[in-house]
Amino acid sequence: MAKQLYYEDVEVGIEIPPLVKCPTTRQLVQWAGASGDYYELHYDKDFAQAQGFPNVLVHGKLKFGLLGQMLTDWIGEGGILRKLSCSYRGTDFPGEEIVCKGRVANKYVKDGEHIVECEIWTENPSGEKTTPGNATVILPSRAQDKKEA
Amino acid sequence: MAITDELKALIGTTTEPVIMEVERGAIRRYADAIDDPNPLFRDVEHAQSSRYGEMICPPGFFGWPVKRGGVMEVLASLTPALARAGCPRILDGGVDFEFYLPIRAGDILTSSGKVADIRAREGKTGTMIFTTLETTFINQNGDLVAKSRATIISL
Repeated sequence: MAKQLYYEDVEVGIEIPPLVKCPTTRQLVQWAGASGDYYELHYDKDFAQAQGFPNVLVHGKLKFGLLGQMLTDWIGEGGILRKLSCSYRGTDFPGEEIVCKGRVANKYVKDGEHIVECEIWTENPSGEKTTPGNATVILPSRAQDKKEA
Repeated sequence: MAITDELKALIGTTTEPVIMEVERGAIRRYADAIDDPNPLFRDVEHAQSSRYGEMICPPGFFGWPVKRGGVMEVLASLTPALARAGCPRILDGGVDFEFYLPIRAGDILTSSGKVADIRAREGKTGTMIFTTLETTFINQNGDLVAKSRATIISL
C-alpha cells in the first residue's frame, strides 16, 4: 500500500501526482454500461457527427471519475474527499491521452479538520485544460496522530 | 435574454425520490470502467479490514445507474421544452459534489432531484440555456451522505 499522505507533507503550490489515461471507445462503452448512461453521443459515431462532432466524446462524468481517482490515490485511505467539482469545458475523444493534474491552492485547520483545497483539471494532448475544477480533501495530521497515540 | 414560460414553469420541479441499493458488484464494475485499481472499491477482504469496514463507492458513484435522483425523469420533460426554446442539443456542463459520509456496499440510498435554476446566456454560437439540477442522497439511517449540483447546457 502506498505511504499515507499527511497534512504536514502538503504545501501550497505543490502538484498532485498526475494520472495519465487514454480511454478507448471500448472503455466508453464499458463506462456507459457501468454507469447506466446510455447517451448515444458517447458510442454512436453517426449520432456524434450529426451533432457536429468529429467523433464520439468521452463522458464528462468519466473524466470526473478519473479526477476522483487521481485524488483518492493521492490522499490514501487515511484521507477524505469532501468536495469535487469540475466543468466540462472542452471535448475529449477516445484514443487521445487525458492527463489528470492538480495543485494545492490552500491549506488550513478548521473545527479540528486538516483541510486542503486544490485546483484540478484534465489536459488534452494540446495542453488545453478541458475539465477544470476544484477539490477539497481532509488529511490526517501527524500532530493529531501523536496526540491520539 | 429570457427563457420561455414553459421552461420557467419547470424551475422548482422536484422528482419522486428514487431508492438506490448499493451493490458490491456494481461498485466493482464501475471501478473497472474507470480502470481504478483501488482495493477499497473492489477487494472485500481489504475493505473490511480498512477503517470503512466494507467496500465503499468511488467518488460520484451511488449505485447503478449513476444518473438517478430523478435526473432522467427531469430530463424527459426538459428536453422537449429546451428543443421548443430553440436549443435541442444537450451537453453535460459539469458537476459539483459534496460528500459528507462514506457510501458502503449494502447501503440503501434515497435520492431526490430538483430543477434549481434555468437561465439563458448569449454564447459565441448563439443562445445557450443552463439548467442546474440539485440532487441529495440520504442513507438508510436518514443521514445526508452527498449532495450534487449538475449543470446541463443546451444550445
